[in-house]
Amino acid sequence: MTRRRLPEWFLLLLPAIIVIAAVVLIPLIFSLYSSFTPYKLTRPSTLWKWVGTYNYEKILTDAKFWAAFGRTVLFLTIALNLEMLLGLGIALMVNKVTWGQRTLRTIIMFPMMFSPILVGFQFKFIFNDNIGLVNNALQSMGFNVALPWLVDGKLAMFSIAFAEIWMSTSVFAILILAGLFAIPRDPLEAAKVDGCTPFQSFRHITLPFLMPFIYIAMTIRSLDVARAYDIVQIMTGGGPARRTELLWTLMSRTGYVDARMGLANAMGYVSIILSVVFTIYFFRKLTAARAQIGMEG
Amino acid sequence: MTEVTLSNIVKFYGKHQALHGINLDISDGEFVVLVGPSGCGKSTTLRMIAGLEDISGGEIAIGGRVVNDLPPRDRNISMVFQNYALYPHMTVRENLGFSLKIAKMDAAEIAKAADEAAGILGLEELMDRKPAELSGGQRQRVAMGRAIVRHPDVFLFDEPLSNLDAKLRTQMRVEIKKLHQKVGNTIIYVTHDQIEAMTLADRIVLMKDGHIVQVGTPLELFNTPVNTFVATFIGSPPMNLIDGVVSGSSTIQLADGLSVPVPASAQGQVHNGQRVKFGFRADNLMPYGHAVEEEGERADLELTVTLTEPLGTETVLFTDLAGTEVQGKMLNPRPVRPGEVLKFRLMLDKCHVFDAATSDAIRG
Repeated sequence: MTRRRLPEWFLLLLPAIIVIAAVVLIPLIFSLYSSFTPYKLTRPSTLWKWVGTYNYEKILTDAKFWAAFGRTVLFLTIALNLEMLLGLGIALMVNKVTWGQRTLRTIIMFPMMFSPILVGFQFKFIFNDNIGLVNNALQSMGFNVALPWLVDGKLAMFSIAFAEIWMSTSVFAILILAGLFAIPRDPLEAAKVDGCTPFQSFRHITLPFLMPFIYIAMTIRSLDVARAYDIVQIMTGGGPARRTELLWTLMSRTGYVDARMGLANAMGYVSIILSVVFTIYFFRKLTAARAQIGMEG
Repeated sequence: MTEVTLSNIVKFYGKHQALHGINLDISDGEFVVLVGPSGCGKSTTLRMIAGLEDISGGEIAIGGRVVNDLPPRDRNISMVFQNYALYPHMTVRENLGFSLKIAKMDAAEIAKAADEAAGILGLEELMDRKPAELSGGQRQRVAMGRAIVRHPDVFLFDEPLSNLDAKLRTQMRVEIKKLHQKVGNTIIYVTHDQIEAMTLADRIVLMKDGHIVQVGTPLELFNTPVNTFVATFIGSPPMNLIDGVVSGSSTIQLADGLSVPVPASAQGQVHNGQRVKFGFRADNLMPYGHAVEEEGERADLELTVTLTEPLGTETVLFTDLAGTEVQGKMLNPRPVRPGEVLKFRLMLDKCHVFDAATSDAIRG
């Protein structure tokens, strides 16, 4: 009896296929399947009950989910834009520094080295309404107030965004600085001779060159911020009364606190749309910006 | 009227002094070429005129106005860069019109000016392309178009042809000269190529190590170099130089027992025992039968050809004279084999004498 041999290409790819299947494919299929069941972690048998699109219908009509969705988009937009502007400003200033620039670049990156959990704890302390740094500072300056930084819905979102921006502005600063280093000197000199003021040089020459770098940073950061969880969880836990609930705090609460994993997985699949939309948007912009400065091909 | 005046210009990079007191007067409409080996300070000088480098000392005036502290945009100059420095994200049309757009001219006028510049330089077909889609020569023309569109007082060219291949370089050289004849502006042009300097300049400024060595018309530099540096830098092949010692008042003793008379131009300027370099150009050492018919004092020499470089209308002949390799020229050339002995004539009254110690020319 001769055994049929598997084709060589398949054998050679097999290790990779096994690894990808175990790490990505099976969890993906499992989570997709479970989003069509009322799967509760506490009652494993519910995994075998098919409810069709029930979970999705529930989510689409759930005001809490859409509130978290909208808040995440808003948070993403504000945090990304502010980080970009601040990062651009820092990069432009650091680029002008001639002495000790290396050290400065390293220092800029310090916030990136902290775990987001620790950043969360730090800012939870800073914004604490009783013993926090900010309120104490305000009181020492004579303002007799105790602002509820982490309790009031708007202030709490501000505090979280502040922590997020503190932690991640340096990503933009470093990427934009890399862009500044890559700009050829000649067109800038030509612009000077052509009559540009420093601002006009920036607007017409530097900025078009930087746009690809800005969009790369935007793409990376949009994926990061869209899955913001740790800082929020530590600082407010999504509360008080869900006023700082973002997609991932909602999902983790549904999946692990309420143990409704089927529903949580369905939420996950809906919110992936958000990341996909942002990624496509920024990639389109990136391609256009690259084409503009003749970087394509 | 746009004269450019440099008075005692000095430039330091840290402790290194790049320019040592440059003085130069450039008159309106003149085509001046700054030439010299790399590191001689020619580009630095140009960039200081443009306002791209700080002036460490001295004064630069354009059209009678001191511009030391003015930014480039207030100097009404335009510059063509070695690497073209086009704006890669703009089309040719936008590149040409950019300076006018910055000057807040209205769109119709910008379009007209851009079209006019494109017409002068033959860029009409390329107006909607980006620089990446152009060849080297086309980019160079766009860079020139961008310079002329503003009708500046002074054009500055920083080695504009050095990135082009030899054929294109010759062609662009002619175009630049035609452009100057057409627009008539003052042009200051930097190059390391002495042929470009010779062919383009009304006046050449030859620089070395941050000093001006000689200023003059191309023929002045060619015919009366002030020292051995100028003699060997200008002209191709470079001037032949042979070590010698003055003996008596009218003879230069070369090695191998050869002697030549002191050229008329240097007579009375040398003293007995002075160590000198005896110089002559390849054009003045020609074999009989293949030489220019000309009057004048001459020396006959029987020399062995060691190497030949046929150039078509002439052949450069390498030979040894008094232990030094020298080059001569053969007009209406016939094939010459290395080792062949030819009878040369050396035109003595066109020879030069330089002091061996200072390298300066000895001339009455």
